[in-house]
Amino acid sequence: MEVTDTWYLVLSALLFTIGAVGLLVRRNPLVMFMCVELMLNAVNITFVAFANALDDLAGQTAVFFVLVVAAAEVVVGLSIVVALMRRRPNATADDIAELRG
Amino acid sequence: MNLLAQLEPAPVVVPGIEWSYLWPLIVLSIGAVLLITITSLVPATRRQGFPAAFTAATAIIAFAFLPWMSNRLDDIGGRVLVVDGAMAVDGFTIFVTGVICIAVLLVALLLDDYLRREGLDGPEWYVLMLLSASGGVLLASAEDLILTFVGLEILSIAVYVLAALHLRRSESQEAGFKYFVLGALSSAIFLYGIAMVYGATGSTSLTGINEAIMSVNDAGLSPLRESSMILLGMALLLVGFGFKVSAVPFHVWTPDVYQGAPTPVVAFMASAVKVAGFAGMVRVFVVGFGDLGDDWRPLLAAMAIFTLLVGAFLAVVQTNIKRTLAYSSITHAGFLLVGVHAAGSDSVSTSLLGSKAVLFYMISYTVMIVGTFGVITVVGGRGDGNHTLDAYRGLSRRQPLLAALMAVLLLAQAGIPFTSGFFAKFRVIAAAAEGGQYGLAAAAMVAAVIAAYLYLRVIVAMYLADDVPVTGAASADHADDDHAGGDVAVPAAGAATGSEIRVPPSVLVALVLAVAATLVLGIVPGVIDGALSDGATALSLLRP
Repeated sequence: MEVTDTWYLVLSALLFTIGAVGLLVRRNPLVMFMCVELMLNAVNITFVAFANALDDLAGQTAVFFVLVVAAAEVVVGLSIVVALMRRRPNATADDIAELRG
Repeated sequence: MNLLAQLEPAPVVVPGIEWSYLWPLIVLSIGAVLLITITSLVPATRRQGFPAAFTAATAIIAFAFLPWMSNRLDDIGGRVLVVDGAMAVDGFTIFVTGVICIAVLLVALLLDDYLRREGLDGPEWYVLMLLSASGGVLLASAEDLILTFVGLEILSIAVYVLAALHLRRSESQEAGFKYFVLGALSSAIFLYGIAMVYGATGSTSLTGINEAIMSVNDAGLSPLRESSMILLGMALLLVGFGFKVSAVPFHVWTPDVYQGAPTPVVAFMASAVKVAGFAGMVRVFVVGFGDLGDDWRPLLAAMAIFTLLVGAFLAVVQTNIKRTLAYSSITHAGFLLVGVHAAGSDSVSTSLLGSKAVLFYMISYTVMIVGTFGVITVVGGRGDGNHTLDAYRGLSRRQPLLAALMAVLLLAQAGIPFTSGFFAKFRVIAAAAEGGQYGLAAAAMVAAVIAAYLYLRVIVAMYLADDVPVTGAASADHADDDHAGGDVAVPAAGAATGSEIRVPPSVLVALVLAVAATLVLGIVPGVIDGALSDGATALSLLRP
């Protein structure tokens, strides 16, 4: 059986969905993070698969931009989580609910 | 060696950059880098005052390039593509850049005293704000979806940090975390949309996408018009922008983040971040997908109606002024969406009216919202926690000038004549009516009426209510206020004494500037007509 571009697109759609669902159901801030990364990397697979299908380099270039942005996002996100955890160790996303109205 | 000789490299074509059209962007980003460098090397400059002055100067210098750029653009047809076609510099870019610079200037004036009062140190606030502003300028001028994404992220990531930067308030970190998680989710969805559009059209540049959509095959059909992949991509992009501009149903983060984040940062989020988000949305949808208007405009219309009404209704039941204004800013986003809907119209005159309405709304909304949050910053007092509606009772007797300025800004938000808010709302509704969208126009008017109640409620509290909070249901007007229990830690009695409210000169300057701009735009709205039509024609030039 030949592996076509469609397989990669389906794989990335699955990974993206797993990431999105994980972000919504998991309560650990760090795991929520990993889910965001999973979503971004799923999109990277999509870009590469399309670049391959279209025989166009732009899609692969896009991946580099996404990688840089994802790295920056991790730096900022982790530092926010560290600041939060220092104040309230072992907090889950459900505990972080002072703001409501 | 022979092999190496055969591999003679092909000449590398270096794309043209056209640096001279990028000055505002360069000034904002270099200004941020310079500020952090100077304050790191010379500790004396870390003290308050210098970073704010530096930031204000940077914003003014970036702004000063705009008329010059506008004149140069007039000579070459009003539009130039820079950085190898990845960015467009035109009237629209210039207008949005100007609005962002004004927001940076005003927020810098608010931040200075806020940091002193809270005992927070550091130029990081200003640096992050300047970086975020440069991302906004990039977003407004991006002609390529990848650059749109990069601009959106530069804009947002800096603001995630700013929201969490008040180290002594756990609410601030909570707001930062919530903003970050939902922002990251929306960025990922946005990016997936870009990937879908790229897969469908084979291009990420807006012009390339438009050409692909319009292309006709041998059978005389344009297959992309029916492609489900491009529709999915467009929907995902709309979701991504919807999060950034807090349109219903993607608004849930807004009240929490506005309540928890430091108040001057909220002023920046509500003004520059929202304006840049709308600028990106207009460019991507009106220019890139202009030809598919029949597919995205109904979706946008539904979003606009929900945003207008949900924002207005929920604002009325809030007891915290920052939450109230968060919902009111959602309503404002609804008005802007109505304008964007008209801007995407096929008819040139409606599209022009819509684009002008959006741009006018951007500038008037920016000055009035920064001014309003400026007053809230001052009334919030030390600890930034005094934000119940009770805190505004009898403000006119304790701080007559502050109350008067706040009253003008709130009346402008309500859309009273002789303020910029009136013409902003009028133009949006007129554009919707011109395009035959009477339903949208009616929803906008209903939302304006409901929202007027909450602005008037604050004004009544400032001018007519007693200083001492009334207990029980003694005052029918303020029955809602009394349910505030437990929402905010600071006791209302502290607010009533009012001894802590102090209006520092820098904030006063910002407030007076904001009120003056609001009144000038309300009495002679024609003063910015030139810039408005430059911006609107720039968009229509690009339409097929």
